[in-house]
Amino acid sequence: MTSTSTERKYYLPEGLPAPAPHIDDLGKEFWDGTREHELRVQFCESCQEFQWGPEWICYRCHSFDTLTYRTVEPRGTIFSWERVWYPTHPALQMGVPYLVALVELPHAGNIRMVGNLLGDPEQEVVIGSAVDAVFEDHDDSDPQYTLVHWRTV
Amino acid sequence: MADTKRTIRGKVAIAGIGETTYYKRGQAPDPEFKLVLEAVIRASEDAGIDPREIDGFASFSNDRNSPERIATALGIPEYRFSNMFWGGGGGGGSGAIANAVAAVAAGYSDVAVAYRGLAQGQFGRFGQGPRVNTVPGDGAFTVPYGVMSPAQTFAMRTRRFMHEHGARQEALRAISLASYRHAQFNPRAVMYGRELDAEAYDNSRWIVEPFHLFDCCMENDGAAALIVVSAERARDLKQKPAYVLAAAQGSAFRQGAAAHNAPDYATSNFKTLVPHLYDMAGVGPKDVDVLQSYENFTGGVLMSMVEHGFCAPDEVNEFFTLENFSAPDGKLPLNTSGGNLAECYMHGLELITEAVRQIRGTSTCQVPRVDISMVTSGPMVQPVSDLILANEPS
Ligand SMILES: [Zn+2]
Repeated sequence: MTSTSTERKYYLPEGLPAPAPHIDDLGKEFWDGTREHELRVQFCESCQEFQWGPEWICYRCHSFDTLTYRTVEPRGTIFSWERVWYPTHPALQMGVPYLVALVELPHAGNIRMVGNLLGDPEQEVVIGSAVDAVFEDHDDSDPQYTLVHWRTV
Repeated sequence: MADTKRTIRGKVAIAGIGETTYYKRGQAPDPEFKLVLEAVIRASEDAGIDPREIDGFASFSNDRNSPERIATALGIPEYRFSNMFWGGGGGGGSGAIANAVAAVAAGYSDVAVAYRGLAQGQFGRFGQGPRVNTVPGDGAFTVPYGVMSPAQTFAMRTRRFMHEHGARQEALRAISLASYRHAQFNPRAVMYGRELDAEAYDNSRWIVEPFHLFDCCMENDGAAALIVVSAERARDLKQKPAYVLAAAQGSAFRQGAAAHNAPDYATSNFKTLVPHLYDMAGVGPKDVDVLQSYENFTGGVLMSMVEHGFCAPDEVNEFFTLENFSAPDGKLPLNTSGGNLAECYMHGLELITEAVRQIRGTSTCQVPRVDISMVTSGPMVQPVSDLILANEPS
């Protein structure tokens, strides 16, 4: 039998690298937001459009100054997915199989986020299914961080 | 001045190819740099050119073996051109040739070599996740979720394409089976003598769905090199020239967006190149006699072939069959040396040496009457590149 996430503290076994913003702090607002269980996505106040992943400039209007972060509802739909069987990191040896979902956020300009799909790793996954975000706090990690997973509604 | 079309079409040819023995990962008896020297010398000998004549160097994927060291080691009196194609993986295979071709066409170089060496035992492996405590930048959005290897990165693009177009697993399987079939005729192939049938494919373990083990490229040690000269010079050399009809490289709108946010997602990223490629070559997909299509993963070949116009997206289940892809008389013989899946993972440079052999008539799976021999390099990465070779310069 494969172990399931329910027997573990986190969905994936511990020992994977913690997320960090770019060395120039690009993306810091997003990761700060996850600590407060919020999804914050780049938004250009001039274009009134979302942009993701983070960048220093708005690709539409080339403004540096009108890019802010907007908190969006933590829900979406499954755009694609994969089930990983081969562990490519020592920490994942006991963690396979696991599910990864690519989630589209229609209410946020159809930007996408990668996260794990919670529940039985051998469940049937249906593209287009509605999912809600689940914030997974890693408070005992140094640095502390929070991952954004997804669960079918 | 008249509005002349800028093109390299027919001006340049591949005159020599050289390869080391291909080894399983970590099993090369020699260091990587020595392998590269061996490939360069073999390519020169094949062309009938003294390696001291090489005055141009092109490579890709951050190859560790610098032109300076090669030129010094070979006592090359002067070199005039060096170039590294940006981007990882195999996206720069045809691109390195294209850059060597451009250098020769522009007069920067008279004899250019495109090369790639890999000794993953001596250096680190590809496809492995980082061993660090934090992951910054774009990787922060994927690595902590267990998405860190190329297979894990590209499986989701492939899954989306299969969803949008109803492509079945059998379409991926046909690509893998064709490579293994062709490798059985190729003594250079690492998988020579290792047959694969549909049942063995179906029963092989998943790496990451929808990729079975046999959907994934191998990891190998070795080196390959190709000598590029002007079409005029090539005609006076030892081998039948493989004329370059067209080359193209590039990437589409925001394909580099982090966390899988490329707006056009279910793509191998060739859509913007293809019109330039065929326009420069003056040929279309129907004219292609044999195709070498880079297989990091079979899903990339699936999308590449669709984007190059070999079949419509919704016809892949009918078109992607072992019969259609088999040399000598399939509709479109594919990866006729065994390619990255079954010959050797030389980052796709071995696909280009095979495309040259098909022009010369010396492939171990030779297709009869090859006028046009094509290579696609690096699906799903940014940038990607293409090459069209012909047995006549125009
Ligand atoms: Zn803007």
